[in-house]
Amino acid sequence: MTAEARTGALRPYIAIVGVRFRMLLQYRAAAIAGLFTQVVFGLVLIMIYEAFYRSAPAAAQPMTFSQLASYVWLGQALLAMLPWNLDAEVRTMVRSGAVAYELCRPIDLYGLWYARAVAQRTAPTILRAAPMAVVATVGMPLLGLGEWRLSPPASLAAGAGFAVAIGCALALGCAISSLINISLLWTVAADGIVIVTTTLVSFLSGMLIPLPLFPEWAQAALRWLPFAGLVDLPLRIYTGHIAIGGLVPVLARQLGWTIALVVLGRWLLGRGMRRVVVQGG
Amino acid sequence: MPGALRLYAHYVRVSIRSQLQYRASLVMSAIGVFLVTASEFVAVWALFDRFGQVRGWTLPEIALFYGMISITWALCDAFGRGFEVFGTMIKEGNFDRLLLRPRSTVLQLLGQELTLRRAGRLAQGILVLGYAAAAGTIDWSLPRVVLLVASIACGVCAFLGVIVLQATSAFWTVDSLEVWNAFTYGGVTMSQYPLAIYRSWFRNVFTYVIPLGCVNYFPGVAILGRADPLGAPAVVGWIAPLAGPGFLILCLQVWRIGVRHYRSTGS
Amino acid sequence: MPQIVVEGLVKTFQVAERTPGLWGAVRGLARRTYRTVRALDGVSFAIERGELVGYIGPNGAGKSTTVKTLAGILVPDAGRCEVAGRVPWTQRIAHVAEIGVVFGQRTQLWWDLPVVESFELLRDIYRVPQARYERARDTMIALLDLEALLDVPVRQLSLGQRMRCDLAAALLHAPAILFLDEPTIGLDAVSKLAVRDFIKRLNREEGVTVILTTHDMDDIEALCTRVMVIAGGKILSDGALAELRARVTRERWLTVDLVDAAAAIDEADATVIRRDGHRVCLAFDPQVVAPAELIRRVTSHHAIRDLFVENPPIETIVARLYAAHGDPG
Repeated sequence: MTAEARTGALRPYIAIVGVRFRMLLQYRAAAIAGLFTQVVFGLVLIMIYEAFYRSAPAAAQPMTFSQLASYVWLGQALLAMLPWNLDAEVRTMVRSGAVAYELCRPIDLYGLWYARAVAQRTAPTILRAAPMAVVATVGMPLLGLGEWRLSPPASLAAGAGFAVAIGCALALGCAISSLINISLLWTVAADGIVIVTTTLVSFLSGMLIPLPLFPEWAQAALRWLPFAGLVDLPLRIYTGHIAIGGLVPVLARQLGWTIALVVLGRWLLGRGMRRVVVQGG
Repeated sequence: MPGALRLYAHYVRVSIRSQLQYRASLVMSAIGVFLVTASEFVAVWALFDRFGQVRGWTLPEIALFYGMISITWALCDAFGRGFEVFGTMIKEGNFDRLLLRPRSTVLQLLGQELTLRRAGRLAQGILVLGYAAAAGTIDWSLPRVVLLVASIACGVCAFLGVIVLQATSAFWTVDSLEVWNAFTYGGVTMSQYPLAIYRSWFRNVFTYVIPLGCVNYFPGVAILGRADPLGAPAVVGWIAPLAGPGFLILCLQVWRIGVRHYRSTGS
Repeated sequence: MPQIVVEGLVKTFQVAERTPGLWGAVRGLARRTYRTVRALDGVSFAIERGELVGYIGPNGAGKSTTVKTLAGILVPDAGRCEVAGRVPWTQRIAHVAEIGVVFGQRTQLWWDLPVVESFELLRDIYRVPQARYERARDTMIALLDLEALLDVPVRQLSLGQRMRCDLAAALLHAPAILFLDEPTIGLDAVSKLAVRDFIKRLNREEGVTVILTTHDMDDIEALCTRVMVIAGGKILSDGALAELRARVTRERWLTVDLVDAAAAIDEADATVIRRDGHRVCLAFDPQVVAPAELIRRVTSHHAIRDLFVENPPIETIVARLYAAHGDPG
């Protein structure tokens, strides 16, 4: 596929990002409602952690409380980026058999689904993360809850590393999301897949509780699974929990998993499409 | 009233039969929900493994609050489905059909669905509660068991009240319904731990405004037989749950106001 | 004493305005503007028991607002309304127990259930005694030919089948008044005839008052002796179909089939409005030139294979009425 053809094919998906921006801006009430809900959640979680931290010597903990607070806020801010959902359009396409028509078109189906995943996540994430960041950094001290605020990055380098890691996390998340969509070619039990993935993602990515707070014996395994790259690794770069020197191995892990899952996804898609055709769609 | 109960029973039979048509999906969803909620409790266990206790409360004690609220929310989530998806009903213009039937809209919405896949969370709650009971920290007596059951029932009322408020807000704006998740899911998360660990302004909101604390924390303390660190007298644990049904009744009045607004402004 | 009395109904709505484009969307975050729509502007009419009334008008004219007010769903801003001695919106539950409503594009049946189970649920909702329910159910099954459909889940029914089931469902509690909103929309020809036939029988044999809202003029011509036309929130016309015609235009149409398709037709006092091969349609005013006279002239100038004289179709009548009132229709 030529470079022009590729950008031409991607143009609709770039347009999707713009359309979603506009759509989300129109629903101002929905935006504020969602923000409010996540802020309340963040507050509840921070309060719970604070209670735990007050019950044990702080020095013994793998993260300082203020690092933890930043971790919680960033996790909430980036919620929209995670591979929670099925792409509804893909599900309809597969269910109706229309996906077989895609074979007639000179496009890269995996690339298409991947681009869709990226497009669908970009606008909501930015539109949620920006106000959340403001509330968490500025709003908390204003409310007299300064010790619960989102602190700035541990250093300029940490901030830059964080930005890069977020990009990789997006790539990784979309690879996982594409895998979920591809699994539809094998089973119509969409609900089950979504729930199992949601569990794994929230549990193992650090969304539920920060990975460093899990028992010591689990740490090594957690760090090497792909899900850590979605939330835990970028957030720990931000808070300085991962030193700048450790940045490269972290990014390597994220990218490594991304590439592996993309390769797996492409292979599975090929097998899955053949299955669809063989069954007669 | 008996007519309403009979109709509700009919609704429930119909709803169950509808859902059983998709048995495989139902079972998978229920198992899935169980796994999700179970993993959430594993996270709690991990925190206790690291910290040992939270402000003097131990894991079995937390398990009581946690199990109770899981069961409460699972039941409420199962009964309240009609109200939860009311935003969609308004958007699609299907509320008119309810107004065209000679029955209360509340009864019709309650009867819309009894969501069976919530059984996943119900199972998790029962298991966690079972752990709390078996861990030996609770001195069970008949009054305590009655209080447990009554608190769960009152808790279902309290959370139903929040869901009714959520549905009522759909009469004014269909877009911002998500805000109520702060009180339903946020309220559930908050109730998993004793109210005592939170800041006072937070506790007050959930005791006097949206009384979720009254239906879980105070009776929980009474069941544990502990003295309340907040200083409330022992009897509070036994009467606080009544705030649940009281709150629901208030919310239903707000619902009536919402219906009145809908009927004067049209869809 | 008319069964339905409506006097001076007024209803206004506030509609939010959205400015297009990205900048408009950002501005919309700060402030919303509204405009007022006068859906009902002094609507009055009376309907006797057992009438079959058509209620037509362009989109946005106020038809569904009127029906919703009569059904008790909507509370008007001003005006009086009484249905069977009750004010619909103040006595909702007592009122809706006596009416049936069918929406053409929506079903009130439960999607996953066999039809008969929807009926049974409605029986309990409307508190119909078992014996009366069975009688109504069996009557409907016979009249609408539903025997084969009873155990079929609603989601598997065709549109025509679903409409027949919805009609039955709306009548299980034997209401005195039936509101039908676009009942034949999207139906195939056979189903349309079946539905019309059923409505006619229901009205004639059971004396059910029927108020039919529709865009399909064939429905009106087939069923309604009385037609009300609403546009811009006002009733433009209320009376027999023939009166409606006469009010709008005296015009009649003469259609002839020429032997010679290429022949030019040019008659005084008549206008060619349509020409399709051999068939030519001329519009004329019977008070300027009598039909017999025009026929004589045309047949003397041309060789004719066939001819007929008719009224303009009701669509044309209604479109002219709307246009005369200033509505695009």
